[in-house]
Amino acid sequence: MATFMSLAEAVSSNVFDGDTAAFEGFTHLIPHAAAHEAIRQGRRDLTLVRMTPDIVYDQMIGMGLAKKLIFSYAGNPGVGLLRRLRDAVENGWPHPVEIEEHSHAAMANAYEAGAAGLPCAVFRGYKGTSLAKVNPNIRSIICPFTGEELAAVPSIRPDVTFIHAQKANRRGDVLVEGIIGIQKEAVLAARRAVVTVEEVVEDFAGVHPNACVLPHWTVKAIAVVPGGAHPSYAHGYYARDNRSYLEWDAIAADREAFMAWMKQNVLDKDADVFAGRVAALRAAR
Amino acid sequence: MTGFTSDEMMTIAAARALKNDDVCFVGIGAPSAACNVARLTHAPDITLIYESGTIGTAPDVLPLSIGDGELCETAVTTVSVPEMFRYWLQGGRISVGFLGAAQLDRFGNINTTVIGDYHTPKVRLPGGGGAPEIASSCGEIFITMKQSKRGLVDKIDFFTSFGHGEGGHARERLGLRTKGPTLLITDLAIWKPDPETKEFTVTALHPGVTREAVQETCGWPVRFAPGLVETPAPTALELDTLRALRARTAAAHGGQEVA
Repeated sequence: MATFMSLAEAVSSNVFDGDTAAFEGFTHLIPHAAAHEAIRQGRRDLTLVRMTPDIVYDQMIGMGLAKKLIFSYAGNPGVGLLRRLRDAVENGWPHPVEIEEHSHAAMANAYEAGAAGLPCAVFRGYKGTSLAKVNPNIRSIICPFTGEELAAVPSIRPDVTFIHAQKANRRGDVLVEGIIGIQKEAVLAARRAVVTVEEVVEDFAGVHPNACVLPHWTVKAIAVVPGGAHPSYAHGYYARDNRSYLEWDAIAADREAFMAWMKQNVLDKDADVFAGRVAALRAAR
Repeated sequence: MTGFTSDEMMTIAAARALKNDDVCFVGIGAPSAACNVARLTHAPDITLIYESGTIGTAPDVLPLSIGDGELCETAVTTVSVPEMFRYWLQGGRISVGFLGAAQLDRFGNINTTVIGDYHTPKVRLPGGGGAPEIASSCGEIFITMKQSKRGLVDKIDFFTSFGHGEGGHARERLGLRTKGPTLLITDLAIWKPDPETKEFTVTALHPGVTREAVQETCGWPVRFAPGLVETPAPTALELDTLRALRARTAAAHGGQEVA
């Protein structure tokens, strides 16, 4: 049953040291504010799950929250590499991070299997690839009807999933619009789900009957954080801050520059700063 | 200068390979420009699909990521990521997958994962994303990348996406029923796999490009097809379309160029 609370309270009561935590959003609706709150609260030894780690996990890994990373594309899309992740993998800074690497198809299927309550996902994939040789969680299964060999991976069942979404109604139902990505599956696959939203509305009158709505009883906590996806975006509210993604490359390239940026923009701030960060992006929607 | 750059020639040659009735899965980076030039010139009805779930998208500017808002706003429909990979890609509904590569070998195998050993990498690259299953589930695969000895290598360090393996009938032996890589478009040439060995062979040189220039930027001994031809130079329409698209894109992304 969804309870409205502050982001600080939603994070402190739902993610704990050692948890498997997913912060999802496929380019769109990435829960940056929630990740920053987890950084401020100093969570440790997390197994972080995310299809496209990008800036948000570069920050969490660089700040030492992650013990392990489960992912399928570790890049800053259209810009380049994730330099904090690379520093952790290549040099063990700030400490070594174990990685479990998949393809998008595998992760998408694994979240869906998690949402469906299945132990594993079965799909046609990984044929001829080296990942299948280095990741022991990529296995195969024989179709009992046709004899076809299919790929199998364990389902993803996070202790907690964080997503950002456009809006909640008073009851706590959550509406996700635009590139819905993996939001629904990531919430339904998790034991606990925390959603940050742009706003709360009275009801969802006028919304299409087939819209992506997560009923209030599938969500544990909702925090209202306008701009909470920045520099990702919220369709209908503000545009993606592509300049921030481009600028991140230089910030993340240097350990000291990174730490200074994190102190100034994350550790010394709170969730209220996000509304201001998207003010200029609202015109561009 | 002959009025166009080798990069423009590459993008335009890649665009020409797409047909009006293609359903094309667009990889991140260089393929995106080529696919949209095709849509804005000879293939107005082409269906462009990005892995964010946007089907039939028609962006006015090139997206920086595969999930920019404009892809969704201009799409025929936007589906979830599991649906994208299950129903549309795995379901066999995509005719062409268009991929870029960090490292490529002569049989069209792609590495975008690591340089060096996987567990102690020299350089950790982003990884596969959608590419491993794009490479196996699309009807055929086009690859576009700039030539360099670091890029076109004798042996790739990691098979992120399987092409033709060690050549010949490697795909059939693995049970893959799709064609795999059928075309490579670089900044210097057009390459097609030999029908038997599946080794990429140069079939056309871009205007002004020599065989030596192709060999100097390739890490394996290059084979040239007997009927080697010259790629037609970009037309005014093709060049204008590409340059206008890049200008709109640069303006939209704060003055910075997007691959």
